[in-house]
Amino acid sequence: MIKLSLRSLLLISFLFAASSLFGALSGSNIQDTIRYASPFAEANEACFKCHSLRRFEYTDEVSGKQKRGLMLPLMILGKQQFYESNHKNFSCTDCHSHDFAIYPHPEELKTELHFHCLDCHGGDPSYATFKFEEIDAEYRKSVHFSLEEKGFTCWNCHDPHSYRLMARNSKNIQETVLYDNTICLDCHSDNFRFRSFSDRPKINFKKSHKWLPNRVTHLKSLRCIDCHTRINENILVSHLIVPGDEAVRDCNKCHSDKPVAMNTLLMIRSKDDDFKEFNNASVLAALKIIGSGRNRFLNNLSLIILASVAGIIAIHILFRIIRK
Amino acid sequence: MYLYSIWVRLWHFINALLIIILIISGMSMQFTGSDTPSLTGGFARAVRWHNVAAIVLIISYIGFIAGNIITGNGKYYRISKKDINTGMGRQMKYFIHGLFKNEDQPFPVTLENKFYPLQKVFYVLIMYFVLPLLIISGSVLMIPDMTIIRIFGPGMFIVMDIIHNILGLLISLFLIIHIYLCTIGPKPGSLFRGIITGFYGGDE
Repeated sequence: MIKLSLRSLLLISFLFAASSLFGALSGSNIQDTIRYASPFAEANEACFKCHSLRRFEYTDEVSGKQKRGLMLPLMILGKQQFYESNHKNFSCTDCHSHDFAIYPHPEELKTELHFHCLDCHGGDPSYATFKFEEIDAEYRKSVHFSLEEKGFTCWNCHDPHSYRLMARNSKNIQETVLYDNTICLDCHSDNFRFRSFSDRPKINFKKSHKWLPNRVTHLKSLRCIDCHTRINENILVSHLIVPGDEAVRDCNKCHSDKPVAMNTLLMIRSKDDDFKEFNNASVLAALKIIGSGRNRFLNNLSLIILASVAGIIAIHILFRIIRK
Repeated sequence: MYLYSIWVRLWHFINALLIIILIISGMSMQFTGSDTPSLTGGFARAVRWHNVAAIVLIISYIGFIAGNIITGNGKYYRISKKDINTGMGRQMKYFIHGLFKNEDQPFPVTLENKFYPLQKVFYVLIMYFVLPLLIISGSVLMIPDMTIIRIFGPGMFIVMDIIHNILGLLISLFLIIHIYLCTIGPKPGSLFRGIITGFYGGDE
């Protein structure tokens, strides 16, 4: 009989909730609450008609027959996610061939080359604030870059059909944590996707994080990348993902007066507040890191109080000796 | 005079040891930083020591309360109005003034009155207010994964952290004063010998 502790249940529920957030993109389940009105909505609808569904139907233009098919999971797109994403004002054919208008799609389109982030964003001064070139340089040093020969690209983490800026715009650390961790868990908790890039056995999160005290709280409050990347304060989200055994294990990296490992996560609030001072009230309100919210003045005051009491006792002893 | 029964002495010894471990490991967590050396060899080790000692302390505290109820030792902690109105003042006056004039203790230790009023009030404050609050606030910080705690959100941690730190400082102050005041007996070592052997004064 399998015994599940409360902690493991919480961990499982967290992983399940996070991975299912974007995993369940089947068209039939999506509530249509789109607010953004795209100028290409009508043209895009021709694509979404099939690509937002698990099962699709179309009329074969050659035979004139009605055909049905099952959409490949990776080809299913969330319409709502697209119209909330950074690329919401795009037409599908801005990036994809106009020949996709033909049903069934011509065979040669299967090998269509895709744009990557730098193809559009690289060297463009209007995107300078994002530091795409520096992100690219970091990515090239990360463990993910070694998977490029197996077809790994920026898209595997940042799906252009759904990706939206989160850390930069968010005022809610927990929302950002969930969003960013979902990106990691999309592959790292999905064996099918994970195995398409790695021969390693499936990662057992519970086992690999066994050393971590209060695991559920840590995993819920932090982004995976806060420990699993080398921090670069020039970039809002570090992209230099290090091998698992090089991840942060030193508690003092966060639980101290200088929580270095938290630097980029804490930048999230920098826009609203005069940030980077860790004792910042809004940061503390969203995230409590024991050992780092310390106040130097109160620390010194407590030491002064202790020393004063010791001093009074010393004087008392002195008088006792004198008056003996 | 046989004043401290075996269970009181045993509890006192365990409690003292645990409090010292908790203060050292707690200070290590609070003061160790990126440029200050650790007292206990890193945050993780300090947390481990603190947590283990805290759990044993909770058990020992329950034992103390149970012992007080079962054996009747609790009667020594009953504070009267007289203790507060005049007793505490007289005792303070003795420590500041009378002691140096070789006056007699205003409240000599008897089998009925183990503690003088000032001692009684501070013991009650520490054992029945400070320690339970320290245990409650510490438990919240120790088990943040507990669903019931998570419901209240991070704000609760901040409040509990502040409470825990202030009370930790109070306990540390108490420890220093407690040890020092125990040197004021028939002889400087009498009370220390008493808590080890159980006998107070010259009767051993």
